[in-house]
Amino acid sequence: MDLNNVVKIPIGPQHPCLKEPACFTVSLNGERLAGLDLRLGYNHRGIEKAAESRTYIQNIYLIERVCGICSHSHPSCYIQCVEQIAGLEVPARGRYLRSLIGELERVHSHLLWLGVAAYEIGFETLLMYSWRDREVVMDILAMLTGNRVNYAANVIGGANRDITEDHKKDILKAVDVLEERTKYYIEVATEEATLIARLSNVGYISLDDVKLMGTAGPTARASGLDYDVRRDDPYAAYKDIPFKVITDTHCDVYGRALVRVGELMESYKMIRHIIQNIPDGPIAVKAPRKIPAGEAISRYEAPRGEDVHYVRSNGTDKPERVRVRAPTMVNLLSVPKMLEGDNLADVPITIAAIDPCFSCTDRAIRVSDLDGGNAKVMTWNETRRFGIDWYRKNGIDFTDLNKRLAGRMR
Amino acid sequence: MANEQAIQQELQEKFPYFGEKITISSERRIWAEVASSNFFEAFDYIVKKMNFSMLCLIIGLDSGDNLEFIYNLSRYDGTMLNLKTFVPKTNPVHKTVTADYFPGAELYERELVDCFGARIEGLPEGNRYPLPDTWPEGQYPLRKDWTPDMLDKQPEGK
Repeated sequence: MDLNNVVKIPIGPQHPCLKEPACFTVSLNGERLAGLDLRLGYNHRGIEKAAESRTYIQNIYLIERVCGICSHSHPSCYIQCVEQIAGLEVPARGRYLRSLIGELERVHSHLLWLGVAAYEIGFETLLMYSWRDREVVMDILAMLTGNRVNYAANVIGGANRDITEDHKKDILKAVDVLEERTKYYIEVATEEATLIARLSNVGYISLDDVKLMGTAGPTARASGLDYDVRRDDPYAAYKDIPFKVITDTHCDVYGRALVRVGELMESYKMIRHIIQNIPDGPIAVKAPRKIPAGEAISRYEAPRGEDVHYVRSNGTDKPERVRVRAPTMVNLLSVPKMLEGDNLADVPITIAAIDPCFSCTDRAIRVSDLDGGNAKVMTWNETRRFGIDWYRKNGIDFTDLNKRLAGRMR
Repeated sequence: MANEQAIQQELQEKFPYFGEKITISSERRIWAEVASSNFFEAFDYIVKKMNFSMLCLIIGLDSGDNLEFIYNLSRYDGTMLNLKTFVPKTNPVHKTVTADYFPGAELYERELVDCFGARIEGLPEGNRYPLPDTWPEGQYPLRKDWTPDMLDKQPEGK
């Protein structure tokens, strides 16, 4: 390699091909990649520190905001830790409800991914199709929980809301529609020559490298790693729900697409099984406000891979320490390996293929306002003031609403 | 729980210093504590001989005079061994696991450096994570004595 011809291009922190801030500095020799340097942390919000000064119940809603897409995965994982420390046994119906929302979330996340991946390779028709179909599951989630994301479907000790017979009918109808559509996407993925040619041998990572780097989720399963937390370390109702762990041996972006569409089909089966077999009974048990001293670690198979949460309690109503690991944290470190020797044009799709979520990765302090290289640290109150003023300048004022809310609380 | 007990027994026999400090909290969850001087002996055996070949996470904690690190090791059958060790805050030095075991642990170790002020020997030079480059030196936000107003007291641009 002639080092004189190496050109360095920064992709990020803000870049049209990234959906969230991260900085990939690529070294190019012609159009071939000669190296990749990662800089992360642009979305660091201090959530782990903030969790230490909030109660266990407030933390459910804080942890939910670690990530918009996995907004059921993170709180479920956190709550499992708390329940384990407090020795709470979640009733069967509550466990089934958790799995139900979890699988609906996986469907919406995988359909979202399919659209993003299609967009990155210029297949915009597929983006339009898959995002239109995603609305079906978004409507179901909104119907069940009252929100499209940030569902607040959990409480410590069980589920927050129950489902009715009418809900069941609507869910089954929606699943039928989505299954039909997904069959079509599988047809596209396995028969459409352009798509196969564009995705094959792009972002290759071998099974050995996957194991070495600790890669997680569909990205790892597409390299033949037969591992899924839902089967191997079951939580919620997964012990009772039959399903197949989808793996593939292509080891490239094409394999990752096949695994995700395959997982969609499994999720539909699981949702049907849950609806047909959900036991009657209470959905939650009452949890104490103060959690006895202890520690627990729990895992959860989020759509993007394995979430790991750790909670240590000290006997008060606030945790001593909360630690969050999102799958993107490990998957990102595999990206330089995947891109070795690839073309510059493969960078966006390879990054998109791990389904990255930088917000979840950078959970844990506050924002610096970097203007013209002159760093200024904003205090919490200044940040809040800035937000309020910015919205006011743009014609949105919450003063009346805040007053009304304050009046109602009194 | 026979599987977990077998692991517990094997470790107790191989390394007598584990003694009572290895417990099973529930199915597939084993907790063990080891002094930092013995850490790599035990870690090497657990990873290479006992097939705990997946590092899920390294957790940093501030436990008073010490920094506590928990290495969450897992097998592909879902069994998880959480290996704890302590280093004094006055000299918070630990060796890296990225060189010989888990190159994917880089970000976890950089967090220990940035958020707890640990010194990880052997961790290659690279971009810091997760704090910004302009973050003031000597401030470790996840230590218990750190409060956000300490940041406000910093002179501008530091």
